[in-house]
Amino acid sequence: MTPSPGGAAAVRLQNATIGYGDVPIVTGVDLTIGHGEAVAILGSNGSGKTTLARGLLGLAPVLGGEVELLGAPVGRLRERGRVGYVPQRHTVSGAVPATVREVVSVGRLASLGLFRRLGATDRAAVSHAVAAVGLADRMDEPVASLSGGQQRRVLVARALAAQPELLIMDEPTAGVDAASQEALGDVLARVSAAGTTLLVVTHEAGPLTGVLTRAVVVDHGRISYDGPLSGAEPAAGQHDHCGPPEDLVVRGYRLDQPTVSARPAAGGR
Amino acid sequence: MDILEYGFMQRALLASLMVGLVAPAVGIFLVQRRLSLLGDGLGHVALTGVAVGVLTSTAPVAAALVAAVLGAVLIELVRSRGRTSGDVALAVLFYGGIAGGVVLLSLAPRGQATNLESYLFGAITTTDPGDLAVFAVITVTVLGVVGLLGQRLYAVSDDEEYARAVGLPVLALNMVLATLVAATVVLSMRVVGLLLISALMIVPSAVAQLVARSFRQALYLACAIGLTVSVSGTTASYYTGTPSGGTIVLLAIMLFLLVSGGVALREVTARRRHRRRSEVHAAHPHEHGRGCGHPPVPHGDHVDYDHDGHLHAPHLTGAGVHYDEHGTHAVPAAPSPPRGGQ
Repeated sequence: MTPSPGGAAAVRLQNATIGYGDVPIVTGVDLTIGHGEAVAILGSNGSGKTTLARGLLGLAPVLGGEVELLGAPVGRLRERGRVGYVPQRHTVSGAVPATVREVVSVGRLASLGLFRRLGATDRAAVSHAVAAVGLADRMDEPVASLSGGQQRRVLVARALAAQPELLIMDEPTAGVDAASQEALGDVLARVSAAGTTLLVVTHEAGPLTGVLTRAVVVDHGRISYDGPLSGAEPAAGQHDHCGPPEDLVVRGYRLDQPTVSARPAAGGR
Repeated sequence: MDILEYGFMQRALLASLMVGLVAPAVGIFLVQRRLSLLGDGLGHVALTGVAVGVLTSTAPVAAALVAAVLGAVLIELVRSRGRTSGDVALAVLFYGGIAGGVVLLSLAPRGQATNLESYLFGAITTTDPGDLAVFAVITVTVLGVVGLLGQRLYAVSDDEEYARAVGLPVLALNMVLATLVAATVVLSMRVVGLLLISALMIVPSAVAQLVARSFRQALYLACAIGLTVSVSGTTASYYTGTPSGGTIVLLAIMLFLLVSGGVALREVTARRRHRRRSEVHAAHPHEHGRGCGHPPVPHGDHVDYDHDGHLHAPHLTGAGVHYDEHGTHAVPAAPSPPRGGQ
């Protein structure tokens, strides 16, 4: 991974409000994530955690405040290819069949501009990404012939092929078989060790506890906890049927505090 | 081949060749995007262009091209601004297009070439050399753009949200695709008619997606199918005296039914064979091996296990091991043993 200039944070939100149309979903959020951190964005359904991630990706408009990605305001980051994205989709396949190679190759396009074709470097990156998620032997098979969990791994490979500095994933483990969850954990551990910043939106960090170190709990569009993942586990580990938001662990953090400082990733992984 | 002796048939066949090649090359992206009816809608819009062309005595083909491209750009702009009202806006645009065309054409002075039917259902034999030149330019342009931007168009058609998140120019690419559709509509207008254009874009792709394994394969296959049905449909229409457009589309649909029937049959037999196999084996759900109680029997290049008189051949797949029936032990040279696993 190329180190980012100036040591600016990978993600910085300042009093940010994100929503759809004119309706704010996430309001007045301050959050700073340093390079190389592995962060879980936790919260129940409807808490606003996905909207927060979509705001970072430019898929949901920033209605107020500032959102910076890799040192640039979200709308003005020129090299969007530096950000990888794994959407919350259970399957890959469109109407027309496509092979694993074809789907993952799309990950390289963003960095190629409008007309340049895939070269040897790109093909190598694609092979590498597919191998990383353990699907090297399925490279030229139609994606639709893979299991749901394997298809999610294809989407992860597509994001990895771009060799992003910041990888944003939306519920990568939801509805995925145990083998695929394990494979995903291994991949993310390696990617994180290589210096990539990880931001995983999930309602359950369980399968990725070995990888993710910091937790940000979103509740009713605000951050209710920010700290070590272990501290958030008891509440966030519960599923959507957990009690009222007051039950979520809030430790040493008040909503009216203006900033949340960056916490470097805990070492010793 | 007496069919090639006539200049008008030579031009007709050339036109159908180009249309058959181009329509699926664009249509496959619409199928992928689940926007199959966009071509249909732009066909409606093109009719207004034709009418304007006829009324102002300018070339109807060029006027149709302008109208369809404008319509295409407008549609993409509407689509990119929220979808709920977009649906209605599209309907208004599409039906406005055909209504405008019909009304404007009726205003044309007598003696003008106002044969509405030839635009709606095609009149391939009226293709003149000038048309052919325009068609050739459209063909080369469309195929060139698909060759150049095909992978990006695939990316946007496959997962628009992802494309936007990683910074691909989604709106621009969608407009390029819509413009290609518009150009194809105008190209196909003469051959299959405005009402049937969508069929030639969509049906060959629908056939291809049934059998292809990759997107690239599907694209090439769709083009080959489009070319074949278009040229053979035009040829058939010459001998049967039927309209070329309808004949081509019926041929394509026949092929679709045939192939989907074949695919369905293959799935049913594969499922039945597998069920039969698993029922036989369900009686003793364990993995055969040394000391499992079922004697090993060498069978060609592998070892079967004798289970109550019939042979089980282990078949290792990615999902684990299952057992294929390899005939009965009583008759060691089992007649044509069913093939394993796949």
